[in-house]
Amino acid sequence: MMGVCLTALLSHWWRNPIQLFAYLAGLALATALWSGVQAINAEARASYDAAAGLLDDGQFDQLLPRQGTSIPQEVYIALRRAGWVVSPVIEGRLGKLRLLGIDPVTAPRGLGPGGPARLLSLEAGAGDRLFMAQSTAQGVDVDVAVTIDAGIAPGMAIADIGVTQRLLKRNDLSRLIILPQQPLGRVELAQIAPELRLQPAQQTADIGQLTDSFHLNLSAFGLLSFAVGLFIVHSTIGLAFEQRRGMIRTLRSLGVPLRGLITLIAVEMMLLAAVGAVAGVVAGYLIAGLLLPDVAATLRGLYGADIAGTIQLRRSWWLSGLLIALLGTAVALTGRLWQIAHMPLLASVRPRAWVMATDARFRLQSRGAVILLAGALVLALLGQGLVGGFALLGCLLIGAALILPKLAAVVITMFERNARSPLWQWFWADTKQQLPGLSLALMALLLAVSANIGVSTMVSSFRLTFVGFLDQRLAPELFVQVETAAQSAEVQAFLDKNATEVLPLLKTRARTVGPPTELYGVQVGPTYRENWVFLDAGRAPWDTVAAGLGAVVNEQFARRAGLWVGDRVAIDGDTTLPIAAVVGDYGNPSGQIVVSAQLLQTFHPGVIPMQFGVRTQNTLALRQSLQDTLGIPANAIVNQAAIKALSMQVFERTFTVTAALNALTLLVAGFAILMSLLTLADLRVPQLAPVWALGITRRYLGRLEVLRALALAAVVFVCAVPLGLALAWVLLSIINVEAFGWRLPMYLFPAEYLRLGVYSLGAALLAALWPALRLMRTPPSALLKVFANER
Amino acid sequence: MNAKLVLFLLVFPVTLWAQGFSGLGAQVDGFATPAPNPVFDFPEDHGPHPDFRIEWWYVTANLQGADGQDYGLQWTLFRTALAPGEAAGWRSPQVWFAHAAVTTPKAHFASERFARGGIGQAGVEAAPFHAWIDEWALSGADFDRLDLKARGADFGFDMTLDALGPLVFHGADGYSVKSREGQASYYYSQPFFDIEGKLILPEGTVPVSGKAWLDREWSSQPLSENQTGWDWFSLSFDDGAKLMGFLLRQNDGTTFSASTWITSEGEAVTLPADAFRAVALEKHRIAGREIPTSWQVTLPERGINVTVAALNPNSWMDLSIPYWEGPVRISGSHAGKGYLEMTGYE
Repeated sequence: MMGVCLTALLSHWWRNPIQLFAYLAGLALATALWSGVQAINAEARASYDAAAGLLDDGQFDQLLPRQGTSIPQEVYIALRRAGWVVSPVIEGRLGKLRLLGIDPVTAPRGLGPGGPARLLSLEAGAGDRLFMAQSTAQGVDVDVAVTIDAGIAPGMAIADIGVTQRLLKRNDLSRLIILPQQPLGRVELAQIAPELRLQPAQQTADIGQLTDSFHLNLSAFGLLSFAVGLFIVHSTIGLAFEQRRGMIRTLRSLGVPLRGLITLIAVEMMLLAAVGAVAGVVAGYLIAGLLLPDVAATLRGLYGADIAGTIQLRRSWWLSGLLIALLGTAVALTGRLWQIAHMPLLASVRPRAWVMATDARFRLQSRGAVILLAGALVLALLGQGLVGGFALLGCLLIGAALILPKLAAVVITMFERNARSPLWQWFWADTKQQLPGLSLALMALLLAVSANIGVSTMVSSFRLTFVGFLDQRLAPELFVQVETAAQSAEVQAFLDKNATEVLPLLKTRARTVGPPTELYGVQVGPTYRENWVFLDAGRAPWDTVAAGLGAVVNEQFARRAGLWVGDRVAIDGDTTLPIAAVVGDYGNPSGQIVVSAQLLQTFHPGVIPMQFGVRTQNTLALRQSLQDTLGIPANAIVNQAAIKALSMQVFERTFTVTAALNALTLLVAGFAILMSLLTLADLRVPQLAPVWALGITRRYLGRLEVLRALALAAVVFVCAVPLGLALAWVLLSIINVEAFGWRLPMYLFPAEYLRLGVYSLGAALLAALWPALRLMRTPPSALLKVFANER
Repeated sequence: MNAKLVLFLLVFPVTLWAQGFSGLGAQVDGFATPAPNPVFDFPEDHGPHPDFRIEWWYVTANLQGADGQDYGLQWTLFRTALAPGEAAGWRSPQVWFAHAAVTTPKAHFASERFARGGIGQAGVEAAPFHAWIDEWALSGADFDRLDLKARGADFGFDMTLDALGPLVFHGADGYSVKSREGQASYYYSQPFFDIEGKLILPEGTVPVSGKAWLDREWSSQPLSENQTGWDWFSLSFDDGAKLMGFLLRQNDGTTFSASTWITSEGEAVTLPADAFRAVALEKHRIAGREIPTSWQVTLPERGINVTVAALNPNSWMDLSIPYWEGPVRISGSHAGKGYLEMTGYE
């Protein structure tokens, strides 16, 4: 009995394979992007955890050299013998491998999950061993044994300090971790090792926190496409149920119990949903694999975070992808099943009932839209934080999407009133009548197009600002990096004679509380005065800085610290200076304070310039003579152009992911339109038949169908432009400030929007073409049957 | 005082050098083993023996302040080898660690240090004698007059030790058997130190003086596999005689004991195995375990029948290797002071 019922139910899909495809593909699409994005996020988080867990520099105070990167091993012994309970760390690069050497005997216990002891249980002979992740081990060629440990961050290897020194061919140390428990009567640091400075533990800004905003961004995109996918599923389920009303009535009339029927339908739909969701998870895995390299590059460029290069099947994301897809389907299903349960046994079969626009539904939608848009306004005025920003985005987008059908109806009514010929009047009236059936697809298109406009406005604004910023900041023609104090003095002397202007740069970590902040000492000269463009400045900011009476800070720092021009900023411990100016500093995760070189040296006497910007008329000749005369290695001298190219490369990769996700959402929206039109096509035959009978050819009707799709897409696009710009504003002025610490000026790109307009019309055209072709090929007999079949 | 051997065996496997020490009781891969009839060569033998797996320089002292207040002090430097022999730099297989503690009737302070051998952070030189780890040190021109220093986060001490008697050799001329299976170590003591100096405590610096006992022991395979814990006593009676005795608890519930009677003149008499008897009287709950902090100690051969009670039952060494160690008072047939160490209580 049940078998027969099931066959009857399934026969619906037999007869409507396109609907079946729409159902499965909608779910697959919804699940794919969502689980893909979650897979990327999960991978990144695992990488951060591995990095943070193994050697979380932030959680301990440390001793660092004031100058350079090296601490002689004797200094370590001297400190221990003077009562400093410190543990040595050496870091270096071996090709692409980042090597970290620790001493497990003295390392603090809290170092990592299981601690270094787990790695370096110093059994006899075990010292000669590198520990690294599986992905890192592939393609590593070292002459010591490698032990795979999944807990280690990608690109990194950990070993005993002795092994590391040998591999790096060094006999010094990089830094010393100060253990929490220190004994009484410790000798002052200045007496033992004046060349070292104490870097306090950093409680804030771990890499996970820094990158949270980026992952939230990805999640938002994933959710957007999930929503669009569910639109498709929802409308397909609705259509399938309406079309099966007749069958359900027949089955029930034949005596199939209601409960059994409902169970059967639920099982059938959920099984199909599971197929779609599994396909979606597989697609998500593939998408994640494709996007991951760019995501990795972005995270490295923006935050200096290393993540693994391969996606692992983690239960966290594939299970959540499946569950959310099934849950979404179940929600869409419940309403329909409830309807069946309450449908009178012999209710009249009206296949178009669900399509017939009820004003009530539109009114309800519009009311919801108004509430959401009002919410968006409130959030824009009062909202705070990244979550507030995304909530604003959500309210804005969903509100706009909900109000779209109403808006489109108004526009179409306007056209209808102005239509002269009866055919056009029919065209507009028929278009309006189709709105409910298409509204979900149109909403999807609106979301996709406005997201595209918003994001491309943001990216292009960012690009313009960034290029301008690079020109300001990279005014010097050459940059020279030196290794030692002697070299520094030599280069300074040489450049004083041979260059137009020398810009020595002194760099150290600011000794202030809060997130890591770089303290720069500069020689104020014409280059700084002419090129740096401030976001805001007091009077004669460079004079103030040169006199040691003020500091220039970057925007990130100013916003994080809640300070602005005129406020006092802590330069060193309790010493504060007024902020002379705030400067835009894009693409840089850390805060910066710029003071005069002389002032910096009063707080950090050991710091000397290790980097020089050089202004010169003759770049090539100066570069050559630096190499020949002073023996500076070629790779220590960088041309301005090379840095710019590198910076732009990082920038472009940063937005590759965004662009890819954008394209995918547009694709999903196009697919939604196609599916809606296809499923509607058969239902529309009864409406088209009379028009055909009045003498309009099938070919002409087909053209009108295409035109209708284009007209609707055009309406959507017109609505999408202001929505997209609002979106861009939120991204630039709210999300960016929260996520990265900089506010970007917004530029408009009409040509770009026009191009997008063409794309979306193109998507609509492509989507309408197939249904139109089918219409053109509908046999006249089918159209005639409309009049023959009494319904 | 091979209590520390038990310590290693029982507690170390769960800590840092887990793999290095698993199987300590059974395997002696490449390490030298103690042999009967040792001939010591001083001052060289005050220095390290890197071919043996473990070794220590162990000082305990019963102290008194000017007001008669009792204190206890412990300073121990341990050497443990991951492989026999020595190498320069980080390749050295030697690992050093040290414990220091001060006990008052009310409080117990303890601290520890760790170091790799081969890099100069820790080590022992025989002559002039110098044993150090970080800023902690036990050193002097020779083994008879030593300066002792340690610092923790909330305590410290600077002491001077002056030997008033000869070295004492345990077991058979310093060959000390630890089990019926024949496991053994080299073991000698200097129990005749006068000690004075200052304790640095949270309430201030306290000048103190008293008696100290220094143990030297090294071995490679000192314990049999079935030994689970250890109670070690060093007792100094008011009449000048001293008694070192230990119980090794075995997993079948039996014990193995050994002891040395030291006359006030410094003559050492090794007593027969199991002559020394100690029975727990009172248990004290600390760190989630039941620790006997009061004992009935009997040695019929010498007419000893005394109660040994902790000065502070909370003398718990809450370190990477946790154990109980603290000063004790002796009453009964004889009176005096001493030190008690207990390991392997879970």
